[in-house]
Amino acid sequence: MTTPDHRPTPDYRLSQLETLEAESIHVIREVVAELERPVLLFSGGKDSIVMLELARKAFAPARIPFPVMHVDTGLNFPDVLQFRDRRVTELGVHLIVASVPEAIAQGTVKEEPNGSRNRIQTPVLLDAVEKHGFTALFGGARRDEDKARAKERVFSFRDEFGQWDPKNQRPELWDLYNGRIHLGESIRVFPLSNWTELDIWQYIAREQIAIPQLYLAAERDVVERQGMLYAVNEFITPREGEQIRREMVRYRTVGDANLTAAVPSTATTVEDVIAEISVTRMTERGATRGDDKVSDAAMEDRKKEGYF
Amino acid sequence: MTASTLPADTADLAFARKDILRIATAGSVDDGKSTLIGRLLYDSKAVFEDQYEAVERASAGGDYVNLALLTDGLRAEREQGITIDVAYRYFATPRRTFIMADTPGHVQYTRNMVTGASTADLAIVLVDARKGMLEQSRRHAFLASLLRVPHLVVAVNKMDLVDWSEKTYEAIRDEFTSFAAKLNIPDLTVIPISALHGDNVVTRSANSPWYDGSSLLHHLEHVHVASDRNLVDSRFPVQFVIRPQSDAFHDYRGYAGTVASGVLRPGDEVQVLPSGLTSTVAAIDGPRGPVDEAFAPMAVTVRLKDDLDVSRGDLICRPQNAPQVTQDLDAMIAWMADEPLRPRQRLAIKHSTRTVRAMVKDLQYRLDVNTLHRDMEATELGLNDIGRVQLRTTQPLFIDDYSRNRVTGRFILIDEATNATVGAGMLTTST
Repeated sequence: MTTPDHRPTPDYRLSQLETLEAESIHVIREVVAELERPVLLFSGGKDSIVMLELARKAFAPARIPFPVMHVDTGLNFPDVLQFRDRRVTELGVHLIVASVPEAIAQGTVKEEPNGSRNRIQTPVLLDAVEKHGFTALFGGARRDEDKARAKERVFSFRDEFGQWDPKNQRPELWDLYNGRIHLGESIRVFPLSNWTELDIWQYIAREQIAIPQLYLAAERDVVERQGMLYAVNEFITPREGEQIRREMVRYRTVGDANLTAAVPSTATTVEDVIAEISVTRMTERGATRGDDKVSDAAMEDRKKEGYF
Repeated sequence: MTASTLPADTADLAFARKDILRIATAGSVDDGKSTLIGRLLYDSKAVFEDQYEAVERASAGGDYVNLALLTDGLRAEREQGITIDVAYRYFATPRRTFIMADTPGHVQYTRNMVTGASTADLAIVLVDARKGMLEQSRRHAFLASLLRVPHLVVAVNKMDLVDWSEKTYEAIRDEFTSFAAKLNIPDLTVIPISALHGDNVVTRSANSPWYDGSSLLHHLEHVHVASDRNLVDSRFPVQFVIRPQSDAFHDYRGYAGTVASGVLRPGDEVQVLPSGLTSTVAAIDGPRGPVDEAFAPMAVTVRLKDDLDVSRGDLICRPQNAPQVTQDLDAMIAWMADEPLRPRQRLAIKHSTRTVRAMVKDLQYRLDVNTLHRDMEATELGLNDIGRVQLRTTQPLFIDDYSRNRVTGRFILIDEATNATVGAGMLTTST
């Protein structure tokens, strides 16, 4: 396996991965130093796995000094949930689960007619933040994912309703982050802002970070729906006229199991995945997410409502 | 499959050791800035098919695909056809990865330009070949020099509209070069391009046989940045104290932080400010365990031989090379709030890992960012104004001149009532 050299170059330049790693660790430490009750959003997806690993490194040999939280839509891949629980146990961090099915049962949110729980997870997240009094929420979003994310600060100020105001963001200069808030307000913090999808995979390879098996190609039963391949599982059953076929596929993103499509792939190792991503001509969200196809500004609209 | 079975380019892109170049661009849609960025992203294959198709749909009816739509992401920007805020773009070649801060060019967005330039290694200023050097080109170059961006590229765009006239290019190049001589611009490069058609953007164009320099992307890939950082003055602002309080690490006490400048090694004699106490570096822990040396911008944890009282906001340096310890600050300030800055005003100031209160003692002058004229009669700094200001802080700060040290020479100002970031400061320690 070819991985980048671990030693710094003689001219005292860090590699791109070392630079990004240092920047993220700086951000994570700054939050813990300046804000009282941080929490890290951990779904078991690749970005939050890398973020949690960076948090571990930021405070080693001490434990991560904040809990992690997962907004569970009830539509997660079982493989990912198992991974989540195992990782949390290994690190000795406290896991808080904010459950969308529970909120539906209690009547605080209503199921949307199209079956997507993307929007209704926002009020569940905001309720959990209020209940636990969290003032800083680490999210694994990257700026290369979406045009709205490309404009968001590393420290993203949210008002008492969790809303993002894209036209009135705090200027963010150098690495001098402003985490000051009034009671009820919070900061969403994105330590991976400057990472790209390729950086994430290269870092997973370099650091030999464990990931759920779904990210690697395997033969899976799939149906084709609106040009995308969906693996048949407890959330996806073939509709009339859809034929089940067996194909080598992997997941580029891991969202809700009823909405996340797989991509054709022969990548059975992390190195293979890196090779595939280097030549791919589709964005990861465009290739795999039914929920982002609503409009060109879907992400901006959701973020204004308090979404990550 | 291993890397060696891939085509050579792909293997390099995927597995080669690369560094990062941070770029800031300034300009308006009129200059073709968004088109240039779209072209760089598209030609370096950082634009994906689904993104391109969306842009193609949105620009239906025009003669060309409107590459500007790749970058203007907010609803308001698309509706008004303008760039409002800083957007960050990412692209990579087998040699380097690039983080590009894309900022609007109009004077009312000076604060966004300052923000984008703050972290940049290189700034690109766009000039329309038909119009030559305008007021705003001077402003962009001045802001890059104020923020001490080490490398400046002037992209003379729309050369196709002046029939690739060598004379036009040379006139603009000479005018810019003599203007830059008045500013602190250590490295200036002037490149004739057509962003719309891609000439001299990624590859050298046959339309400019008289131009013997590099294409823009080639320049970005090869510009020498190793000597830009300060490796002499060791500065380590303490960010957080790590004390595991576990059985395995009972006596562990580490000072976590990001190296601001210089090089720190185990065995170095060090001094801690503000106490002035000295000790020796026992060990430095990096993300993968102990390291032999630490330099900027590494995030590490420093352990000292002696048990000193060190906390967040303190600074570790070498005893014979310490920053200035002072409560009196002299700085150029870029003001970013609607409410003006005035003498006697009280603000919070965040400098490295230390946040203190400060009072504005004096506004010495306001600078006209277009003409560089100093208005000595100014009584306030309004939104997007830049001026020289004296501040007095409640506690000492550990400072260096911004021109010598971009990390310990900078600060932000925060309004304690609204919590907004209202200003950016660049320290001058010489009188």
